[in-house]
Amino acid sequence: MTNKKDWPLWEVFIRSKNGLSHKHVGSLHAADAEMAIENARDVYTRRSEGVSIWVVESRYITASSPDQAESLFDPADDKVYRHPTFYNLPDEVKHI
Amino acid sequence: MPQPQAFFEYLLRLGDNALILGHRLSEWCGHGPILEQDIAMTNIALDQVGQARSLLQYAGQVEGKGRTEDNLAYLRDVSGYRNALLVEQPNGDFAHTITRQFLFDAFNYFQFEALKQSRDEHLQAIAAKSFKEIAYHLRYSSEWMIRLGDGAEESRQRMQAALEDLWMYTGELTEVTEVDEQMLEAGIGPDLRKIKSLYDEKVAAILQEATLEQPADTWMQSGGKTGRMHSEHLGYILAELQFVQRAYPGMEW
Repeated sequence: MTNKKDWPLWEVFIRSKNGLSHKHVGSLHAADAEMAIENARDVYTRRSEGVSIWVVESRYITASSPDQAESLFDPADDKVYRHPTFYNLPDEVKHI
Repeated sequence: MPQPQAFFEYLLRLGDNALILGHRLSEWCGHGPILEQDIAMTNIALDQVGQARSLLQYAGQVEGKGRTEDNLAYLRDVSGYRNALLVEQPNGDFAHTITRQFLFDAFNYFQFEALKQSRDEHLQAIAAKSFKEIAYHLRYSSEWMIRLGDGAEESRQRMQAALEDLWMYTGELTEVTEVDEQMLEAGIGPDLRKIKSLYDEKVAAILQEATLEQPADTWMQSGGKTGRMHSEHLGYILAELQFVQRAYPGMEW
């Protein structure tokens, strides 16, 4: 069998039901996208967790650097007016 | 053979195929080539053991002698089993396991697709549920046939070798026996001649895509589904499968 090191890592995103967005659930190894979908189905949806799967090779994800967290995120802390907390939401609105 | 007896035999064939192949796949648990495939194979094993439960439970009901699915699974000897010879063949390497799976799935797919139209409502319901699982099994094993056949030189050689080893067990799957004739007449089971042409077409298509050579038509082994003669492997499977019930009769979880 091929050495596992030859198989790239994939990130798996699952949509648990229609209307919700895909959520990152974990990663796995696979030789290509087709196999990644099948592996994700077997590894991450065995207990009816999902209705849709996205996979993307991990190397295509660009992440923000933890070193820059201060400059990236802290400036938003004292800008409460950016939160929509001044509106009353009707009870029927879900997932917000 | 009276019809209820034939129906019982027929359900045993369906149930035993699922049970024995499910058991074979479960032997990979913890030994898969990579974690993801380990889980994939045990998922399929669980699907098949689940199908075996429904089918054997129904078989016991049809027989009407008070036997449960557990009695049928754990207390029949080799000669009482009605699975096809193909599914009891050893796992071998991953190529053998995948090839065995594909050669069975392709048959099982068309068989269960037809059983969804069975005149027997209970069997029809089992088929409707199982067919979705089987459709995935076929997708999984076909994908691997192509991937390994049309893969590296070594993987192709191993796949071709597995195909040569297992080919002689494929004829039995669509062999028409007395039980099959009776089930066809009663509208319960499919016409295996039709299944055979669908099967041949599917297998040929996947082998071509996998760049594998279809073995020449040879003498086909049979005797599993009629119970006339199993290979020596089934006894070892049952020794493991039935050990607990044999050692501690009547024991429950």
